[in-house]
Amino acid sequence: MDLSLMDINWRVILPEITLAVFGFVLLLLEAFLPKDKKRITGHIAWIGIVLSFLFCLNLYGTQLSSFKGMALSDNFAIFFSFLFLISSFFVILQSLSFLKREEQVRGDYYALILFATLGMILMASTLDLVVIFLGLEIVSISLYILSGFRKKDLKSNEASLKFFLMGAFATGFLVYGIALIYGSLGTTNLEKIFILIPLTETTLPGKDFLLYAGIGLLIVGFGFKIASVPFHMWMPDVFEGAPAPIAAFISAGPKSAGFAALLRIFLLAFSSFKPDWILIFWILSVLSMTTGNLLALWQTNLKRLLAYSSIAHVGYILIAFVAGGNSAISGVLFYLSIYILMNLGAFAIIISMGSKDREGTDLFKEYAGAGLKNPFLGVFMAIFMLSLSGFPPTAGFLAKFYIFSSAVKSGYLGLVIIAVINSMISVYYYLRVIVYMFMKPAEEDIKPVSIPFSLGLVILVTGIGILAFGILPQPLLDLAYNSIF
Amino acid sequence: MPSDYAYVGLFLLFGVLFVLFVFILSRLIAPYKPNPVKKENYECGEVPIGQGWIQFNVRYYLYAIIFVIFDVEVVFLFPWAVVYRSLGFFAFIEMLIFIAILLFGLIYVWKKGALKWV
Repeated sequence: MDLSLMDINWRVILPEITLAVFGFVLLLLEAFLPKDKKRITGHIAWIGIVLSFLFCLNLYGTQLSSFKGMALSDNFAIFFSFLFLISSFFVILQSLSFLKREEQVRGDYYALILFATLGMILMASTLDLVVIFLGLEIVSISLYILSGFRKKDLKSNEASLKFFLMGAFATGFLVYGIALIYGSLGTTNLEKIFILIPLTETTLPGKDFLLYAGIGLLIVGFGFKIASVPFHMWMPDVFEGAPAPIAAFISAGPKSAGFAALLRIFLLAFSSFKPDWILIFWILSVLSMTTGNLLALWQTNLKRLLAYSSIAHVGYILIAFVAGGNSAISGVLFYLSIYILMNLGAFAIIISMGSKDREGTDLFKEYAGAGLKNPFLGVFMAIFMLSLSGFPPTAGFLAKFYIFSSAVKSGYLGLVIIAVINSMISVYYYLRVIVYMFMKPAEEDIKPVSIPFSLGLVILVTGIGILAFGILPQPLLDLAYNSIF
Repeated sequence: MPSDYAYVGLFLLFGVLFVLFVFILSRLIAPYKPNPVKKENYECGEVPIGQGWIQFNVRYYLYAIIFVIFDVEVVFLFPWAVVYRSLGFFAFIEMLIFIAILLFGLIYVWKKGALKWV
């Protein structure tokens, strides 16, 4: 065995190492700092994220590879790392005031966010199924703990336990799928799988079945992690019970990480099997958007509404897998960037509107008249809702437009028609939030809420980002187009 | 392809049949002579106190999970120790990092009071 320090390009995993080191420092600080000094843990966490971001920036365009292809820094990986780090940064900013209000300022909370981010970056920057699995587990286990962080709250406990049991089950499917693929092809490297598959017809007769079963199990496993429809049951309960910043986190980072892995697996490794799996993705896409949108119509809880909306958005993104091709992949990257901004912004407003005794309810009627009392929150909530439903001046419209148009170009007109009808259904429940905030009279005399600086910053940056990318999408589009693997 | 599915189907069928067969066989040939001592819970040879179906203190779970972590650590250390000479200095550093990471965890749970029995 020729292990030596020289073979390894440490620069490739510098962002991950940074996050790990900061995570451990935060764990130790949590153990040894006195209670009144723990506020600095949050600030250390975002400094770690910024440092890791700088290392990623330094890696952009390098196309390095290390650990025999298990870690690499192609533009696709770096683009996703940017997304993960930005979403974690916003989540930490949201958490600063949230934890203070909950009187739960703790270092291990931030440590878990950093570890989850590390896992996501691992998932996006590898060509190996085993490393994807490893990253996925780091993310999932951190999230199981984080969603149960309000220990005294039964709903939070329920969220954590449900998430854990169903997540562990889905992981079983995923690992079995990977094992079957390894069993039939003898490798877990995605590029090698891509090369080997055309040869299977002649060299591996009869092993096709294992391969197909493995691909099917992978779809089930990832379908759970991105919450597409037959595997979406956990999401509304987790969103309702988990602390609001963690619900925002789940909808942003881990979901994008799941898509990063899916893109690499299905549009690279198994791209020659496309005629076989395209129907599955077609069905998943239609089911996700229709079920998500129809169930969202009935919700009275804003967090549950966002959970179902998130399921519907997964359906829109899955259209790109059916369409295939470079414009679809860059469309997914664009969509995910915009989706992260919209969702984190909307959740920042939910956090500002909540209070300690009311945390976990988030009913529509609590928002009645709130838009007039808090014009800042009201206006930005309107922007986020319009963008989520896909209205033109916002970036949400363009995100949908690019994915739908790539599907039209590939000839999937029926799917696009279903998606457009779904978008129209979704307008009803997104606008209902705005109607409640501006047109319903308040039930009791409400006072304007005071918005902490960090939350205000998140709302402002995400809101302006959505408008800016809606009017000038070209820089982000170019970046997305250059980041295709 | 269809014959491959048939294999799986046969496998499934035989799996179910085998389990049924074993259960029925043991019911047919095993002698059944219960007495009160036999029906008691087994607690490592001690005389049992009460029923087995009670709520256990959650600390058992914490202890078990911390124990498992260090158990796995040893499983990982043994093969490394066996081929230590051929792996060389790099693997030594790697192992130190691995143990240090677990050590951070131990310090954390210790300080948080997870090792205290209250």
